[in-house]
Amino acid sequence: MTDTATTLSGEKARIGSPSIAGFTEEGENLSPLNEDASPLGGDASKAHSHGAAAGIPQASRGERPTSYDLADFPALTGREEDWRFTPLKRLGGLHKAAPSADAPAVALAGSEGLALETVAMDDARVGSAGVPDDRVSANAWNAAKEATVLSIPAGAEGAEAILTIKGDSSEAAAQHVVIVAEPNSSSVVVLDHVGTAVLAQNVEVDVKEGAKLTLVSLQAWQNDAIHTSAQQAKVGKDAYYKHVAVTFGGDLVRLTPSARFDGPGAEAEMYGLYFADAGQHLEHRLLVDHNQPRCKSNVLYKGALQGKDAHTVWVGDVLIRKNAEGTDSYEANRNLVLTDGARADSVPNLEIETGQIEGAGHASTTGRFDDEHLFYLMARGIDEKTARRLVVRGFLNEIIQKIGVADLEDRLNETVEAELAATEN
Amino acid sequence: MSTLEIKDLHVSIDTEQGTKEILKGVTLTINTGETHAIMGPNGSGKSTLASTIAGHPRYNVTSGSILLDGEDVLEMSVDERARAGLFLAMQYPVEVPGVTMTNFLRTAKTAIDGEAPSLRHWTKDVKAAMANLKIDADFANRNVNEGFSGGEKKRVEILQLELFKPRFAVLDETDSGLDVDALKVVSEGVNRASENHEMGTMLITHYTRILRYITPDFVHVFVDGRVAEQGGPELAEQLEEEGYDRFTVKA
Repeated sequence: MTDTATTLSGEKARIGSPSIAGFTEEGENLSPLNEDASPLGGDASKAHSHGAAAGIPQASRGERPTSYDLADFPALTGREEDWRFTPLKRLGGLHKAAPSADAPAVALAGSEGLALETVAMDDARVGSAGVPDDRVSANAWNAAKEATVLSIPAGAEGAEAILTIKGDSSEAAAQHVVIVAEPNSSSVVVLDHVGTAVLAQNVEVDVKEGAKLTLVSLQAWQNDAIHTSAQQAKVGKDAYYKHVAVTFGGDLVRLTPSARFDGPGAEAEMYGLYFADAGQHLEHRLLVDHNQPRCKSNVLYKGALQGKDAHTVWVGDVLIRKNAEGTDSYEANRNLVLTDGARADSVPNLEIETGQIEGAGHASTTGRFDDEHLFYLMARGIDEKTARRLVVRGFLNEIIQKIGVADLEDRLNETVEAELAATEN
Repeated sequence: MSTLEIKDLHVSIDTEQGTKEILKGVTLTINTGETHAIMGPNGSGKSTLASTIAGHPRYNVTSGSILLDGEDVLEMSVDERARAGLFLAMQYPVEVPGVTMTNFLRTAKTAIDGEAPSLRHWTKDVKAAMANLKIDADFANRNVNEGFSGGEKKRVEILQLELFKPRFAVLDETDSGLDVDALKVVSEGVNRASENHEMGTMLITHYTRILRYITPDFVHVFVDGRVAEQGGPELAEQLEEEGYDRFTVKA
């Protein structure tokens, strides 16, 4: 595993571009924190503290087993590489018995002509874009009673669809959603998760040749929700896929978005924004599988944490396979820790099996909004409350701006304000 | 006219070895229109004085007072001091993640003036001030001090001085780490600020070279937390030739 050269202090780690002293890849440098003296010191602060951990069963991320059959995945112990950060006790049993309750209702609001279909799990579109690669995903796949399918017609321009997924039960449920962007369509689809649920979800995304799809998965759950979601995308020749994960709500949320290319010349952008409060566990594990030549990918996740035992996990796997010549890829994760007692784990992994690439890089920073920032802003007349808001808003805004849906951007800005207001009380 | 009065100021910091007194009775008065150079060897307490005036939490005032036109500065919070008209150009400006220069400057200006500046004039003022200080226009879109070189950070401090128009400016070793060209640009900025609006200046420096560009009315020599000697600009010239040895070598 090519697992070196990442730093947690914002230094560059990019192949094929020169290093400029004092500048990071994004021109961003979250202050010289990350030292042992900080509350994130020790494990969380050292370069790749997790990268070479024991218990990585596969030599390569590409060799992780995939199967529709639950029996192919052994029962979880919590020591598995891809589960070691997840508190299994708080999973609501989603990794054990088949989740049997009804899936949360899905309601569609969107462009004219779009419609949801409810189909049986043996429909041809089910399984078109993904095969489960972990036990909870396989468990949900087998337990799902039906699948909800949204198709964006070929050639559609600027289609919009908001799927409100509203849970009202704390019994374990499984859900299956398939989104198909037919060739040369362009669309924005939002999965808006609200209410409460104990939900294991599979979302398949089939972005066909020449299609452009932005998929936003918004986790705006109530405080007690438990949600796992495997969001696997297949990105066709010359297609463009933008995935944006936004996670604020829920007791435990574990999203595993992935993009696999299905033809050359495709592009995937994967963005994320999370804000963890006291006690919340918000986990995002990404995979970009460069299995085709001349594809591009860019990953950026930003998170803010506040309160005791707020815990975020970000793991970004980028795999550039032997045949993926001409790949250009970059991934980064930035965390901003606002109070003591929170913990951000951040693990970028980059595997490169060919040297014939345009670029590949990864970076991770975890910084703290500290007294010196506060002093600097206050010494310019800005009161403490405004100073804090200024920093957090600015930090998260970079992702919000990438969504490209005005209503949603406004709503998220309001959510950030509400989160900040919560700390001040 | 305004007056900043520092009277018998004693300041200590907490260290692992216990409390350490750094300022041992400093008395100093600055009036609008005056430039006071505070000089002295490293460790004499110059920067402590600057940070204490601004209200940095690390420094504890054990006795004495700081008055701004009779108002007790020590009773004010850091942001209140800035709004009252005190400005500290920092020796080591920090990088602030997530906040663009544009946003920061406007927010601070609004806080200091108590109302938002007229957008049209403000944008023009910022552009002109940046051009004067030879700061590249695209710095406006970058995060505060993030990835700026040492010299760029100092220019950005003086940019703020020119835009915020404080009653009193404390420049904490603004000259350190600047090459000759940058030193000139920065000095011109300070001089412009003094000329364009009524301001008193406390210029803290280790070296005399900045005094070639900014002429002080008074020079105070700091040694071991006290003013050891004061005089006019001629004192700076004398220090240029003799150094600080005669103050540090105990008679």
